[in-house]
Amino acid sequence: MIRPEKILPNPSKVKEAILAKYPAKIARKREKSMVVNDPKLDQEIQSNVRTIPGIITQRGCTYAGCKGVVLGPTRDIINLVHGPIGCSFYAWLTRRNQTDPGPDGDNFMNYCFSTDMQDDNIVFGGEKKLKQAIQEAYDIFHPKAIGVFSTCPVGLIGDDVHAVSREMKEKLGDCNVFGFSCEGYKGVSQSAGHHIANNQLFKHVVGLNDEKPTGKYNINLLGEYNIGGDGFEIDRLFKACGINVVCTFSGNSTIGAFEKSHTADLNLVMCHRSINYMAEMMKTKFGIPWIKINFIGAMATAKALRKVGEYFGDKKLKDRIEQVISLEMPEVLKAQEDVKSRTAGKLAMLFVGGSRAHHYQELFKEIGMDVVSAGYEFAHRDDYEGRKVIPTIKVDADSRNIEELTIEKDPERYNLRASVEKMEKLKKKGLEVSDYVGMMSDMQDQSLIVDDITHWESDKLIEYYKPDIFCAGIKEKYVVQKTGIPLKQLHSYDSGGPYAGFKGAINFYKEIDQMTNTKIWKKLKAPWLSSNKESSINAEYVSA
Amino acid sequence: MQTNPCKLCAPLGASLVLRGIDGSMPFLHGSQGCATYIRRYMISHFREPLDIASSSFHEETAIFGGRQELLEGIHNVYKQYSPKLIGIVSTCLAETIGEDTQALISQMKANNELPEDVEVIFISAPSYAGSHSDGFRQATKALVEQLCIKGETKQQINILPAFLSTEDLRYLREVADSFNMPAVILPDYSSTLDGEIWDSYQILPKGGEKLESIASMGSSLATIELGSALDNSLSAGSALEERYFVPNYRMALPIGVKATDRFLDSIAKITKNPISTKYSRQRGRLIDSYADAHKYISGKKAAIFGDEDMVVGLAGFLSEIGITPVLCASGSMRSNFGEAVSEVVKDAKGPIVIKGNVDFIDIEEDIRMLKPDILIGNSKGYAMSRRLNIPLLRVGFPIHDRIGAQRILHIGYQGTQQLFDQIVNIILERSQKDSSVGYTYI
Ligand code: SF4
Ligand code: SF4
Repeated sequence: MIRPEKILPNPSKVKEAILAKYPAKIARKREKSMVVNDPKLDQEIQSNVRTIPGIITQRGCTYAGCKGVVLGPTRDIINLVHGPIGCSFYAWLTRRNQTDPGPDGDNFMNYCFSTDMQDDNIVFGGEKKLKQAIQEAYDIFHPKAIGVFSTCPVGLIGDDVHAVSREMKEKLGDCNVFGFSCEGYKGVSQSAGHHIANNQLFKHVVGLNDEKPTGKYNINLLGEYNIGGDGFEIDRLFKACGINVVCTFSGNSTIGAFEKSHTADLNLVMCHRSINYMAEMMKTKFGIPWIKINFIGAMATAKALRKVGEYFGDKKLKDRIEQVISLEMPEVLKAQEDVKSRTAGKLAMLFVGGSRAHHYQELFKEIGMDVVSAGYEFAHRDDYEGRKVIPTIKVDADSRNIEELTIEKDPERYNLRASVEKMEKLKKKGLEVSDYVGMMSDMQDQSLIVDDITHWESDKLIEYYKPDIFCAGIKEKYVVQKTGIPLKQLHSYDSGGPYAGFKGAINFYKEIDQMTNTKIWKKLKAPWLSSNKESSINAEYVSA
Repeated sequence: MQTNPCKLCAPLGASLVLRGIDGSMPFLHGSQGCATYIRRYMISHFREPLDIASSSFHEETAIFGGRQELLEGIHNVYKQYSPKLIGIVSTCLAETIGEDTQALISQMKANNELPEDVEVIFISAPSYAGSHSDGFRQATKALVEQLCIKGETKQQINILPAFLSTEDLRYLREVADSFNMPAVILPDYSSTLDGEIWDSYQILPKGGEKLESIASMGSSLATIELGSALDNSLSAGSALEERYFVPNYRMALPIGVKATDRFLDSIAKITKNPISTKYSRQRGRLIDSYADAHKYISGKKAAIFGDEDMVVGLAGFLSEIGITPVLCASGSMRSNFGEAVSEVVKDAKGPIVIKGNVDFIDIEEDIRMLKPDILIGNSKGYAMSRRLNIPLLRVGFPIHDRIGAQRILHIGYQGTQQLFDQIVNIILERSQKDSSVGYTYI
């Protein structure tokens, strides 16, 4: 995969031009969120700060991160949204998470539950209505668990979702009911909601069932949400290698799996932003180490599997992993070579998520494309600069708002899975043990990193870089495409996927090839309006 | 509890209306999540860029009020977009904390705190007191109330559409043109939400009804207000009538021959101009097709669901062609919905169940009992259509699992023709598929 790196143009000028349009106060603020990258330096980027009122952001709310992202993909929990109708409606299956409940399994993911608060609930409180709704959901569906999500109006009128949940849990007996104070105004983005979801799952679910797993190499996969079937492809590979997944947080997952997740021997962290809290808490309480991996990109996938092999250190496992890789790679390489002949040298921009903007760079590299500019929507500095900066991150009012659980060693169940020395050794071998190096050190010199990019900024950057593809979400899709540049959705994958693992990589190569080379983009202008003579129609009179 | 709701929230409808005004920018006063969700959702239907600003409430804003965020937000929107109008829509949040947003804006205006060359208007649209279609009406009404000024009577008419497609709005404009009569259509998002590819970046999409035109609505000859499941409290037409004595003709959506006749006839009477032969011909062809296809559909049953006005319109049309709308359901709860449906289904055969304030669990339960041949409604009916194996014709909003939702023409003889052909063909396809021998001629 080695190829001479293209030298990217220095974007300082365009950065200045962008900031010039802002009022001074905003310019000062935005300046800190735009960094011309130098991978050799430790550069600071401002992130996880409030969006400026009136500047259109792509960010969602705390509730979206909690209910939509983390809890949404678990099929057998009823996610009951306490609030007016919209908040629940808009989070109804919009993320394309997939699940496989089998013929008899519960699956509530297709449902949308709301207490549908009305005028009088706002005035007199909605706890009674909430209790009724929990009872109703229980009577109809008999779920194993019900999660109750508090939206902004609920937080404001002071309904106590936790007290109601406790009461109903007791009353129902065989249903785990727990609440989330994830009101949208709580944090600066969906990121706060991830943290709240991690906390509550850890408090109310993880560790409820001590049943030992039956497999030999037992892992949890954290931060994989099975969008477009990514999780299915990863599971296929684990299975082929003989690795047993105790629990995935939270794609294609179940409450039962969460309950047993503390019995695994290793946590693999995929989306660092949304789930690192869980990994840390499990490490402290149960002694499970975590490593950062990435299954987006064929080489990254191979690397991730090898890391698992290294950790367990078992020759048989390692051999099997090598076998799987050598079985899968030929097809990948074939597709790569073919696609690369058309995509090499093309440019991509990625503005998405809290990990995806990093992960997907692997796939672009594999087909010879350059990522000129990238950024996250709701990440923190550690996702850009690496976990080493965590101690230096200023804790502001918004972060303080989110509960930080105090976790202690579990007196009975703590079991240090791997000695400190062993983990140190693995670290030396290049495993990111309890660590994530972040996006910036992986990006090219002079690439431009922008956090929580605004409309105005992305428009200017598109004009400047003229990328061949722009990766973001549906909110950006149609504005970018109006300018004649294809947009690939990396939140929900348009209608595609999987893109993880080996098969997923092939899917992605092909799609990017198709999108960047389709002829539609050349036909935007009617030939009779075009100044380009070559593309106009050469009509001739035919005399009869 | 609502499980799988059949309604969305009020600020969505209000934002849509604001997108139908030239140079206008919707601004939700509340947390950013509502704006992001609503944008995301509308974009998945219209497949067009669509910006909605927000005052981005935080915890302390929620406690102490959002004056500062509102003011800062208005200025930032003004600087970036240079809009002609900023429509401030309250969300559940602002309403819950009891923020008197109207008073805040008036105060800012009085103190000269707002930029001068932009209209700032306020629309109260808490979702806990109404659905997306209510928000749509509330916004239309607020615009009329805050922007109209009395002037000399003008040779023009007002058309107040319901939550319709962009193709429907283009059709309304075309009808007015055919009468040689200028029309103020509020809202008109036919180009802002169904635009062409761009030559150069448009910070605000081109198109929409002009502010001057809206200001002159009080001087029009009359108002045609589409949607009969509407009471005066939500009606911009009534407001115009009360304040400026502009006669309001409220009627069901012009779907079907009878309703379209009434629509065109009303405009003919108001303008004293004849109905174009183009429409007489369309009507003739439509009736002719009714006659041709009558035998395939007569006695069939349909279940319809969605916005109350769309449901009423479809119910009238179905009754006219001999299909019984056995279930007419809406997620919202306007008190006169039942009445409005009963009014148009008098000719229908057999019992009809009319339900407001229902979710898809209720709807599906009814459908299991009523066994209709076809479902007509939005994309959210897909799951039950699949489960019950009953075909679904997608109309209205939201449609996010098909392309071209904006380009569905629901109204007029032409729109009716398209709906009619589709319904007949869906029913034919089903009987062809289910037939043990198969047949190739009908
Ligand atoms: S709080 Fe109200 S306005 Fe916001 S999404 Fe929820 S229902 Fe809609
Ligand atoms: S009301 Fe709050 S929780 Fe609901 S969508 Fe808006 S910001 Fe999110």
